[in-house]
This record gives sequence, C-alpha cells and structure tokens, in this order.
Amino acid sequence: MESLQVSGVTVDFGGHRALDGVALTAAPGRVTGLIGPNGAGKSTLFDVVSGLRRPSSGRVHLAGRDVTRLGPARRARHGLARTFQRLELFGRLSVRDNLLVAAELGPQRRHADRVVTEILDRLGLAKIADQHADTLSTGVARLVEVGRALAVRPTLLLLDEPAAGQDAEETERFAALLRSLADDGTAVVLVEHDMGLVMSVCDEVHVLDLGKIIAVGPPEVIRNDETVLAAYLGDA
Amino acid sequence: MEQFLIFGVVGLSTAAIYAVIGSGLVLTYTTTGVFNFAHGAAGMLSAFAYWQLSVGWGWPVPVALAVVLLVLAPAFGLAVEKVVLRPVQNLGEAERLVMTVALLSGLIAAARWIWDPNTPRPLSAFFVNSAPIRLGPATITWHQATTMIVAVAVAAGLWYLLHRTRTGTEMRATVDDRALAGLTGADPLRANRVAWILGTQLAAIGGILIAPTVALDASQLSLLIVSAYTAAIFGRLRSLPLVFVGAVVVGCLESYLTGYLPQNPYLPGLRLAAPALLLFLALLLFPQGRLRGRDRRLRPVPTPTMRGTLIFAASIVAFGMVLATVLGESELISYGPIFSLGIVALSFVPLAGYAGQISLCQLSMAGIGAIVWGQLGADGQLWALPAAVLVAALVGALVAVPALRLSGVYLALGTTAFAVVLDRWIFTLPAIDLFGVQIALFNQGSVEMAGPNLFGLRLDGQAELMVFAAVCLALASLGVAALRLSRFGRRLIALRDSEAAYATLGGSLLVARVLVFALGAGIAGLGGVLYGMQLQSVTAEQFNFVAGLPLFLVAVIGGLGTVGVGLFTGTAYIGPMHLLNSMAPWAHNIVNLLPALAGLGFARHPEGVAPGMRHGWEPLARNRVAVLALVGGLAVAWLLRLGDLINGWTFFLGALVLALALRTYAQSREAGAVVTDIPVEWWGVRRPWRAEDREVLSRGIAAG
Repeated sequence: MESLQVSGVTVDFGGHRALDGVALTAAPGRVTGLIGPNGAGKSTLFDVVSGLRRPSSGRVHLAGRDVTRLGPARRARHGLARTFQRLELFGRLSVRDNLLVAAELGPQRRHADRVVTEILDRLGLAKIADQHADTLSTGVARLVEVGRALAVRPTLLLLDEPAAGQDAEETERFAALLRSLADDGTAVVLVEHDMGLVMSVCDEVHVLDLGKIIAVGPPEVIRNDETVLAAYLGDA
Repeated sequence: MEQFLIFGVVGLSTAAIYAVIGSGLVLTYTTTGVFNFAHGAAGMLSAFAYWQLSVGWGWPVPVALAVVLLVLAPAFGLAVEKVVLRPVQNLGEAERLVMTVALLSGLIAAARWIWDPNTPRPLSAFFVNSAPIRLGPATITWHQATTMIVAVAVAAGLWYLLHRTRTGTEMRATVDDRALAGLTGADPLRANRVAWILGTQLAAIGGILIAPTVALDASQLSLLIVSAYTAAIFGRLRSLPLVFVGAVVVGCLESYLTGYLPQNPYLPGLRLAAPALLLFLALLLFPQGRLRGRDRRLRPVPTPTMRGTLIFAASIVAFGMVLATVLGESELISYGPIFSLGIVALSFVPLAGYAGQISLCQLSMAGIGAIVWGQLGADGQLWALPAAVLVAALVGALVAVPALRLSGVYLALGTTAFAVVLDRWIFTLPAIDLFGVQIALFNQGSVEMAGPNLFGLRLDGQAELMVFAAVCLALASLGVAALRLSRFGRRLIALRDSEAAYATLGGSLLVARVLVFALGAGIAGLGGVLYGMQLQSVTAEQFNFVAGLPLFLVAVIGGLGTVGVGLFTGTAYIGPMHLLNSMAPWAHNIVNLLPALAGLGFARHPEGVAPGMRHGWEPLARNRVAVLALVGGLAVAWLLRLGDLINGWTFFLGALVLALALRTYAQSREAGAVVTDIPVEWWGVRRPWRAEDREVLSRGIAAG
C-alpha cells in the first residue's frame, strides 16, 4: 500500500492558485523526488500533506487512510514527519532536547534516550548534542531537523531542502543516509534544488511548476524531459 | 418603542466615542505594529488635563480644548514614540507589549498622584444649556449630537488622510512592509510619528467626550478602553469601517442592557462587564490563524540545576525565618506578602517564561484561590488549600480556551477581558445558592481569612504565616525548576519556539496549553490563599486587574524564564515600597510609580535582571570559605538581633555589607589574575578556556 497518496489537491491564496489538482504518491522503501522552480508550490504541498494548510479541494491519504480533515498532530501519529525549508528548530533547546521532544512524542517514547543517542550517532551530531539549536550553522541545523524528524520513527518522511548549505562531502553522506532510510522501509519525499542529489538518490521524480505536476518518472527520463527543461530554463 | 429609541440614541452616542478611541488604536497598531495598552490611559490623562485647564484653572473651554488636543496630546504621543517605544522597535511583540502595559500602569499611578482620587471632579457636558433636539419621541442632547458629529468627521478625516495624502500612503505602505517602504523613499519614522500623534489625539477626543458621562477616575477611565478594544477587535485591528460597526454593537449593547436588564441582584455587574465579555467572545470567534513558525527573537531560558535550586530554596526558607524573627508585628504585616505575592509572580514562569503565554489575569486567579480558602478553609482546614489550588487551576483551564486560538497581544487582551469580567461582575456578586450550597465569593465586601491548621498546629501569627509562605515559595520554586527539567518543560519551550514543528511531531497544543494555564493558575491560587491569610481579610480590589499590573511588570524585569523570579518579584515589589513608605511617607505616590518606571527601563535588559544577579552571586556559592563566613556572620548577627543587642536596621545593613563584601571577595578569587577584557581570540591562551566560552562563540557566529 502507498504510504502517501495525494489526489487532486488545489490550494488558493486569494486570487492566486498555488496548487492546481496535484497528485503525488510515495511508497515504502522508495525515495520520491519533488522538484520545481522557486514558487512552484513544493513547500505548500508539504504544508497540505502535513496538515498545516487546508486545501481548497482534493484528498490526502496516509497508509490508505483519508487524513484530509485531520490536524498535523494526528497525522504525525499516523507515521508522518517532516522538515521545513525555513528552519523550525526549537531554538532555545539543546540539540539533544530537540530530538528528545520528538522521541518522547513518538511510538518509542519509553526508550526515548536510546533513540536519541542512536540518531545523534547515526547523523554524527553527538559532538554538538549539548549546544543550543539557535547557535548552529544552517547546514548543521538542517541535519538536526532531519534527526528530529527521525526521532518520531516515521514511516513517511517529508524533507524540504535538507541538503541546502551542505558541502559536496556532506551531501554525499546525506545521500547515503537517505538510501539507508529507504532500505529500512521508510517512504521518503525529497524536495531539493541539488539536482545531483535528486538524480542520484530518487527512485521517481515529480516535477511541479506553477502549482501543477508537469512530469513524473524515473530520474533518467525527467533529466531529458523537454517540458521540464522549459520550466527550469524558460521557453527560449 | 419610545424607550427603545431613547436607549438607542444613548447607545449611538457612546458608540461614537468608542469608534473614535478604537480607530486611534487601530491606526497606531497598523502603522507601528504596537498594540497600545495605554491608549485608554492617554485618553484618561487628556480628560484630566482638560478638567484642570477648563475647571481647575477656569480657562475658556475652546482654549482648554485647543491646548489639550493640539499641544498636549501630540506632544505626549511624540514623547511616547520616542522615549518608550523606539528603544523596543526591533524587539519582539512581547517586549513592546510590556512597554505599553508599563505605560498604562504608570499613567494611572501618575494621575492618582497629581489629581487626588478622593476629590470629586465633575465635568459638565458640552452645550449643556442648549435645548435638546427632539426627534420624534427621542431627544438628543447637544453633547450627544456633538459626539456623533465628531465620530463622522473623524471617519471622513481618516479616510481622506489614508487615501488622498502622501502621508497616508506612507502610513499604509509602512503597514505592509516597513523595510520596503523605507527603500522606496517613504519615511517609516515619520509615518510612525504621525500615527502616534493622531492616535493620541483620537484617544484625547474620546476621553474628553466620555468624561462628563462617567466619574473622572483614573482607573475607570483607562479601562473604558476595553469597550474600544472590543470595537477594534471587530475590525480585526485592521479595518477602520469595521471598528465603527463594532463600536455601534458595543455601545448599543451597553445601552440596551441598562434599559432592559431585569432587576436582579446578580445582573448589574453584567452590564459593566458586558464589553469585556463581548471582547472575550469576539477574540474566541476571531478567525484562527495558521500555526506560528519559529520566532527568532526569543531569549534563552536558563536551565536551573536541582542542586542550585535546592540551595536557593533553602535560602528562601532561611530568609523567611530571619524576617519572621527580626521584624516587628506591624512590619510583618507590611513585608508579609513578599513570599505570597512572590508565588503569584512565580506563576508567570511556566506560563510566560516557558510557554510564551502572556497572561495578565494571574492576580485574578490568586483572588479565586483566596475566595475558595475563605469559603472552605474558614476554620483553617488544611484540605481546603489543595482545593483552592485546584479550583484556581480549573478556572485557569477555562482561560486556556481562548489561548488555544490566540497568542501575543490577542492573548494578553483575552486575559485582560477575563480579569475585567471578574472585577466588574463575578467578584461583585452577592452570595450564590447553587444546588443548596451557598457560595459567598467576596460577599460584596470583604472575606475573613483564617490561618491554616497544620496537623494540630494553628498558624495564626504573622511570623508563623510568613515562614509558612516562605516554605511554600521554596517548594513552588523547586517545583517550577523540576518542571523546566522535565519532559513537560521541554515540550512547553518547544511549543513556544515553533508551534508548527511541535504539532507536526505529534504534539497536542490543546493539552499542553490547558495544562500550563491550569498549572499557572494553580500556583497563583496558592499565592492568593497565602496572601489572604496574611491580610486576614481580603476585598475584591486587592485582586483586580490594575493591581496585578505592577506585579507582572516587576516579574518581567526579573526575567520571566528564571525560577528566582518569585523571590525577586516579592522582594523587589514589596521591599522598596514599604521601606520608602516608612522612611519617606510623603513619597508614597512616587513609590506607586516605581514598577511602571522600572518596566519602562526594561528595554535595556529584555532578558531580565535575575539571570545577571544569579551570575553575580554564583562565585560566592562556589567558594566554601565565603559561604561559611556568610552563614557564620549571618548567624551571629541573627543571634545578636534576637538578644536585642542590635536593632533591625543594623542587622540588615550589616548582613548586606557582609554579603556584598564576600561576593566581591569570591569574585576576585575566582577571576584570579584574569583581566576581564581579554579579546576573544585570546580566550584559552591568556586565560583558561571556560565551559561557557564555546556557547558564547557559537552565539556570536550565529548572530553574524
């Protein structure tokens, strides 16, 4: 069964249609890429899926269950976790406490300390575990957000530009992490501008432009799709 | 029908005043981003100034009006903008809110100082000698007609200003994007100034027009603003036309309640409380915004250690015991509330410090605790104490309902409305018979409060009650420190830092908010019980909204995230007040101004002074020799005082000098040969690397 199924989602901001009948699926064990120019509606779609924004029309299913009317907290209890393009760390808490808050809300709350230690080690964050989150550089802060999302042991993980601000080596390590998450059976949806990362790690890519999905397919097909190239580079 | 028309005319004329005041409020809020809690107080001050000029000094009415509206009000608006708000322009919403609350508290205190509240100051209506206009069965006085004409003129004038002048365009541009407006050649500062001048003038017009119909009382006039707030909330603090609609609803509601409310001992207060009740409802129905993202201007919350807090709690008890044994009976009554009001102030820490929920009704919660104790603990039954805490907590949970939808200034408004409803209606109710149980509340007067019966030991004396309150404050401080270190404490801070992230992790905002409001109210209720016990008899006025403002301000100055804020607030609020009153009785008016003045100075220390004090005293706590010397010295001084060999003043001055000297000694020992101003690149080279250096550097780098 699909972890996530979005169908016909439309979002209007006043007179502007930010999303127009968008459909998207994500399956366990697969990394699904969601790319598109700035302002295409990627983060808005994440907001709709995670319950922070109500769509004007359309449905969102998590693991086969219609969650369109549920709030963000109840969707999280269905195994959804996300990161934010505009960092949303708990700035006044330490890195460890950021993860601990999440772990204590997740299904393994009885072993929250163990979960947090394991994630800190896995992401190489143990050294900075006691630093306050608002003292971190952007790249590290994004990694901490990923760690916090992992602490709720999600079955569906939405990552909004998680690799922005990382150097080539860090991005490579991050790609390996994404693959290992998928291998563990997590469904990952990745919004990212680093095309190298998207093409190397994703099983399938959705392209969003001006609120509409204009192409869906494996990376090698998307790479050569003329509509996609036009959307990114302009018709000229 | 005739009566309906008559009350309609009265309602419309009151509505006109609310519309004028409310539009001033919206004008300043939209242009400057500052919700001015002192807006009504500016109107109040103008009404007093107008009375002083026209009645007090006998100036002709037109001259007095011109001076107030064209000179004093604009000058006041400019001064507020420059002195009070510009320093906090770049700080968060909470800081700006505190400044205007301080201004409100300060202006009420100042007006009471300048114009003795015990002297009646009648102000006659405008055109009082002209014959009223007859409109069918209804008559309209010229004062009422003037009021309505002024409101229409204000509406037209504001429309013209905002849509037909360059200044108005600048003001509207500043609303949308301050920085962008500046880049395009507009002058946001000028727009700010114009908004403050106009806002204050509108408040002044409203104040002068309404003063003849109500008593010229500083607190009452300042709180008439609640009706204007309600009108402004109808306009969602943005739309001027809707403010006028809201004003008509509020004005007519008040008027028709006067006319048609059945004669019943329980209902007169309802009419007075109606605008506040309506404000509460309007805020509830206010469309819910999206969950807030991360607030990047939050101050860090200090993390207490349990060891440090235990030492602190022991110090509170020791301080209480010393005070109880050293002070005389009358001084014990004066200084008694240090610990009980300290507990009320401590209730701000989980609420505002951790969870970021600004509640201005904590003293009202204390009042509820006191009422329950007065009702159930009349013979000192100990079980009534947890019962009082529980009832206060339940009421707190009720306040949490609007808190689910509101934050920042709206929540502060909601809690203000709640406090005002209690003040004007609930606390004034006669005894209620509910299912055969008589609930007396304040009994329209005062409630006798007995001391508790501690397992056969009756605590009735002031000294015993003071120690009891100190022990309770110590325990409450320990509890709040434990909360900070607990799972729930982490969640509260997380929720404040990013509601959106907290919710998407599966956290329930509802549960967390209800619990923290209940907890805060419970703590405040405990403080209220102890406060009442010390006073022996309490009245509703001791727990009203205005009385709670200085307590809030002093707690903010202490630092809302710090566990030590309970003791700090109790001591800093009660201590200097009685000390100055006993040393200089003529200065009691100045003393009442102190919390407000200190609040206005808050811009310099937005993180509060308690963390700095803790930092200053930590070296002493770490130095065993100094601690032993201090404890020994204090013990000797205490024994000398108990033996009546020295008087209280000598004891306190001696203890203070000893503590300061030992602090300096410990600091110098700790600093050793370290020069304090070592440049950052030499840290770890010219002086040892300290544990906190890493965080200081990280913060510096992160801040850019």
